[in-house]
Amino acid sequence: MTKQKLVIVGNGMAPGRMLEYLFDKNKDAYDVTIFNAEPRVNYNRLMLSPVLSGEKTYEDIITHGDDWYAGNGVTLHKSARISEIDRDAKSVTAENGITASYDKLVIATGSNPFIIPLPGKDLDGVLTYRDLDDVDKMLDASKRGGRAIVIGGGLLGLEAAAGLKMQGMEVTVLHLMPTLMERQLDSASGFLLEEEFKSMGIDVRTKANSHEIIDDGTGKVKAIRLDDGTEIDASIVVMAVGIRPSADLAKSVGLDVNRGILVGDDMRTSDEDIFALGECVEHQGMCYGLVAPLYEMASVIADNLLEGAVEYTGSVTATKLKVTGVDLYSAGDFAEGDDREEIVLRDASSGVYKRLVLKDNKIIGAVLYGETADGPWFFDLLKKGTDVSEMRETLIFGQAYQGGAPLDPTVAVAALPDDAEICGCNGICKGTIVNAIKEKDLTTLDGVRAHTKASASCGTCTGLVEQLMQATLGDAFNPAAVTPMCGCTPLGHDEVRRLIKSKELKTIPSVMQELEWTSSGGCAKCRPALNYYLVSDWPDEYADDYQSRFINERVHANIQKDGTYSVVPRMWGGMTSSKELRAIADVVDKFDIPSVKCTGGQRIDMLGVKKEDLPSVWEDLGKAGFVSGQAYAKGLRTVKTCVGSDWCRFGTQDSTGLGIKIEKFMWGSWTPAKLKLAVSGCPRNCAEATCKDIGIICVDSGYEIHFAGAAGLDIKGTEVLGLVKTEEEALEHVVALTQMYREQGHYLERIYKWAKRIGYDEIRAQIMEDTDKRKAYFDSFVFSQKFAQVDPWSERVSGKDKHEFKPMATLLSEAAE
Amino acid sequence: MNAETRNWVAIGDLNDIPKEGARVVKTDAGCVAVFRTVNDEVYAIDDRCPHKGGPLSQGIVHGTSVTCPLHNWVFDLATGLAKGADEGAVAVTAAKVEGGKILLAADDLARRAG
Repeated sequence: MTKQKLVIVGNGMAPGRMLEYLFDKNKDAYDVTIFNAEPRVNYNRLMLSPVLSGEKTYEDIITHGDDWYAGNGVTLHKSARISEIDRDAKSVTAENGITASYDKLVIATGSNPFIIPLPGKDLDGVLTYRDLDDVDKMLDASKRGGRAIVIGGGLLGLEAAAGLKMQGMEVTVLHLMPTLMERQLDSASGFLLEEEFKSMGIDVRTKANSHEIIDDGTGKVKAIRLDDGTEIDASIVVMAVGIRPSADLAKSVGLDVNRGILVGDDMRTSDEDIFALGECVEHQGMCYGLVAPLYEMASVIADNLLEGAVEYTGSVTATKLKVTGVDLYSAGDFAEGDDREEIVLRDASSGVYKRLVLKDNKIIGAVLYGETADGPWFFDLLKKGTDVSEMRETLIFGQAYQGGAPLDPTVAVAALPDDAEICGCNGICKGTIVNAIKEKDLTTLDGVRAHTKASASCGTCTGLVEQLMQATLGDAFNPAAVTPMCGCTPLGHDEVRRLIKSKELKTIPSVMQELEWTSSGGCAKCRPALNYYLVSDWPDEYADDYQSRFINERVHANIQKDGTYSVVPRMWGGMTSSKELRAIADVVDKFDIPSVKCTGGQRIDMLGVKKEDLPSVWEDLGKAGFVSGQAYAKGLRTVKTCVGSDWCRFGTQDSTGLGIKIEKFMWGSWTPAKLKLAVSGCPRNCAEATCKDIGIICVDSGYEIHFAGAAGLDIKGTEVLGLVKTEEEALEHVVALTQMYREQGHYLERIYKWAKRIGYDEIRAQIMEDTDKRKAYFDSFVFSQKFAQVDPWSERVSGKDKHEFKPMATLLSEAAE
Repeated sequence: MNAETRNWVAIGDLNDIPKEGARVVKTDAGCVAVFRTVNDEVYAIDDRCPHKGGPLSQGIVHGTSVTCPLHNWVFDLATGLAKGADEGAVAVTAAKVEGGKILLAADDLARRAG
């Protein structure tokens, strides 16, 4: 059977979605040709505001790139505006002369911004806010600074105002009506919104009727004059007062047109073979400008193109304002009336306002300001016409208060029915998302987006989708895991670590190639991370890439603010001797080292050493038996001890001896972040073991092992791992725990963060209870130590990396001339 | 200025600097950091971050950029301009490789001294 020809006029979000539906159902039914008046592929128009505010770029918001069209066999003509449709011959012609014939035609010409017929409307600097070209023009203007005047305090106008403000312009919003967004908000929430915008430094003027835009004498905008005579200087004027369906083309070929192109419930126009889709459509007297109804229409057309019989019955819409820091949700009808009741909740101190409008015990309208999490739930009750009389008393407090359930967002989401809509833009309900998570083993937000489209348009339901994933996956879901490692890759640390193992990647360039890094040589964030992962995973095979290490690890000393370095030799377990102290004193004198300090980890720090002196300093220290203290390393730092049973009258075990044993066993090992240990000889805990990464408290009956403490940016007491009887067991458990952390931690993730992510019980189960696992971790650590326990200082005293410590050349004035 | 009339000063061999690494050349007017990229391009910029004076020669070299070791400012080696959200620049000294030797432009060095 030969394929039918489908031609689409317009390449906005609605036709893009229609094709996805169509290809899903039947990939081979049509040869598709698209004519796009814009010179580009299909992008997510809802996300123009984040592009304007600088939070996203054009590349971030592309829905279908060129390869999508190629892959689906779709012919896309860019910059090709259709000027003629010959309904008898069934063909279309573009302004640039390209023609195409069709069996079925879809008109998706969208809408045009409404231009107020003011004097001066054609001046240079008067803009609209509809597509990427408009955004580019606004961004251009914002670089020159000055004041932007936005006419229109509706959704689009306010998003434009917030974006221009973030780009550094002075902004004034002029709104004809007494309150902002009066079509979606009642006057109380409109007022709150106005206050919010004023607090962002945006000048908002309501009841402001523009009179004319004033010419600066060269055809450019200079100022705007209002009806009351006020003049406001402006470098640009953005008109965002509304849209008009773009129906001229349809009208010119004799299709029935009113405000928009008239369609029946099957989305056909007055011509059997021509459909209309999107903002250009008028259906039962309604024109729509929000994305959810357009997607519903898209699905109906896709079905009807394949001889289906689905009907479009109109849409109820909900709105969210996409301005960072403003939480606002509205749905339905909230005009006052005799047959209506309302429930209002105000919390002035936290800026919360909620209003529900009820009719016959059903919700017909909802406005939420400041706290919008219950929006989808109210919207669901509204769409279904649920009788709410049973829960009336507590309704306004939201879903979590119904049936005495605790106020936990995950529980609230879990309690939603399967057909509750989660993503309003794409009409995705809870059941669809939960099924996709289960069937496709999805564990990341990106995965859910790719498979269901939920949260893939405007993104405001992202929190809900994450809660749903949390409710479905439990502890297996970790929102942090989906955070990309850095700007060079969309992959998170876990993914990268997993792929390094499974694909057996053993060099940084091979990781970047195989995992499709988007930068040529990585960045200062991913390179050290990759180097650590490779060192950790392939200790015997990977050649450590020093150029991917931070300077401290490259030169084995700590850089200071003036470019000098500090040097900390190891003092095992914090013990030292007169011989060692004398050697340090001699080095300090010989190299004129300005400062000497005791560190928190029971060692001595020499500060202010010149880089060129480092190898000589190390040489002298080495003669006294010192090795590097690795005080600069993402690796084992110190094992702090108290004097224990050696001296202390309370000591229960030889804490000093155990500390030294552990330090001698573990020194030189690299870990995701620094690793500090301590051993205290009794529960008085003088070595402060209970705020360390790993700590041991000696007791009469043995050794209590602690882990996941913190005493830096965060303060956190340790968790107990378990009690063991002997020193050997204590060492084995500590080493196994460290190895588990080495294999799973994200680079720069301290052990307490890793442990929280993995779960304390999981760690206890693997280290305390699973003997085989513990032994395996221990053996892996021992194996990798064969390659790690080389004193880096003595290596460099013998000449390694000489180039690091000497200038390449010295050019005195005569040499430079 | 055209290339033929420029005077160049040899400072050492390309192989004195590791790939994705840097070395310092001391001059009367402070240090110049000389960088070698993974593709053996050579760039020279002042070894002093305009932010807090960090030694750029000690930073991680990625692509044709370097990240300052003190507070992670990123500079384009070719232009000396800060990248991303930070604003600032370091002086650039023209550099080239000929016959395995690294040469710096004498007039750029002299201008730094002045």
